[in-house]
Amino acid sequence: MKFFRSSSNQTAIPTVPRKLSRRSSGMGEISRLLNSQEGLCVLDMGATSANNIRFFTGQGHKNYSEDLLRSSLDPALRIQDSTGNSVVDSKKFLDENLAYPNAQFDVVLCWNLPDYMEEGLVKPTIDRLWSVMKPGGFLLAFFHTRDAGPDSTCYRYHVTGTDMLEMQEVKFAPPGRPASEKQSPRLQRVFNNRHIENLFRDFASIKFFLARDAIREVLVVR
Amino acid sequence: MDAPQTSDGAHIGKSVVIKGELSGSEDLYVDGNVEGNIELRNHSLTVGPNGNVKANVSAKSVVIQGKLDGSVNASERVELRKSAVVTGDVTTQRIAIEEGAFLKGKIDIQKEAGKAAAPASS
Repeated sequence: MKFFRSSSNQTAIPTVPRKLSRRSSGMGEISRLLNSQEGLCVLDMGATSANNIRFFTGQGHKNYSEDLLRSSLDPALRIQDSTGNSVVDSKKFLDENLAYPNAQFDVVLCWNLPDYMEEGLVKPTIDRLWSVMKPGGFLLAFFHTRDAGPDSTCYRYHVTGTDMLEMQEVKFAPPGRPASEKQSPRLQRVFNNRHIENLFRDFASIKFFLARDAIREVLVVR
Repeated sequence: MDAPQTSDGAHIGKSVVIKGELSGSEDLYVDGNVEGNIELRNHSLTVGPNGNVKANVSAKSVVIQGKLDGSVNASERVELRKSAVVTGDVTTQRIAIEEGAFLKGKIDIQKEAGKAAAPASS
């Protein structure tokens, strides 16, 4: 499975990462929860964002940062499966990541992680999130629709308002490669509604918000 | 890459390995390997791009360009440069994070006495 987009023969031209804004109904619902209570535990699973830290801690909540997509690229996690394919060792991955007590988090921001994470990590990660979330806790995830296409840009998300997000293109250097060879992660798959419902079947409820930018926002309650 | 900040402070070069407790009353620049605890109270710690620190850190301000594994307690400010890789909880009044920095842990922003928090900046 390819994690990064193949590099073409084009000469790499350094570009400023694109930033776009979008309104998020799911974030709006989470903001209502954040505004109604104090001292909530928020786990942000996107790239470390000063904006998000400011947003959550400024309201008196506790912020945890864990960039799981980047952590999953650690070459030390790779093993060969029974057919000789290189895969991420999900057990080792979960030994080293998301190592929190049960029922710790009120809010988990998955962003677009499931769409870009390697197949074998998605379900174990969601199962672990179920364990570390409090009953009644909210999880927000974004899923591409089929219209997005395999080369749709991978974004990180900065919270800029109660229901406003700034989207910034994500690029990583492949493991062992210099920073000058950064590439955007490749969309690994497109989940349909049934897949998403199955993924979160242990959770109490699931709500879909369709957006115009080929994204389904999914708000899940533990 | 920022130049090492060597003025008026102690410097641990990249070939140096230290295991144990480090404490001092001057600024410290670490570009080598330190394992243990670092306590500088009213001074600043800079972990250089080659620095690899496995320690709980307590200082007035902490700037990280390299790798730090441990909790960070800075009474004033923490700055994560773009090459920073930090695993551990951060407690401070203000935090600045450059694009590309990696932080895995809890961020606890403590309000300055008598001021509303204005904690994080990019």
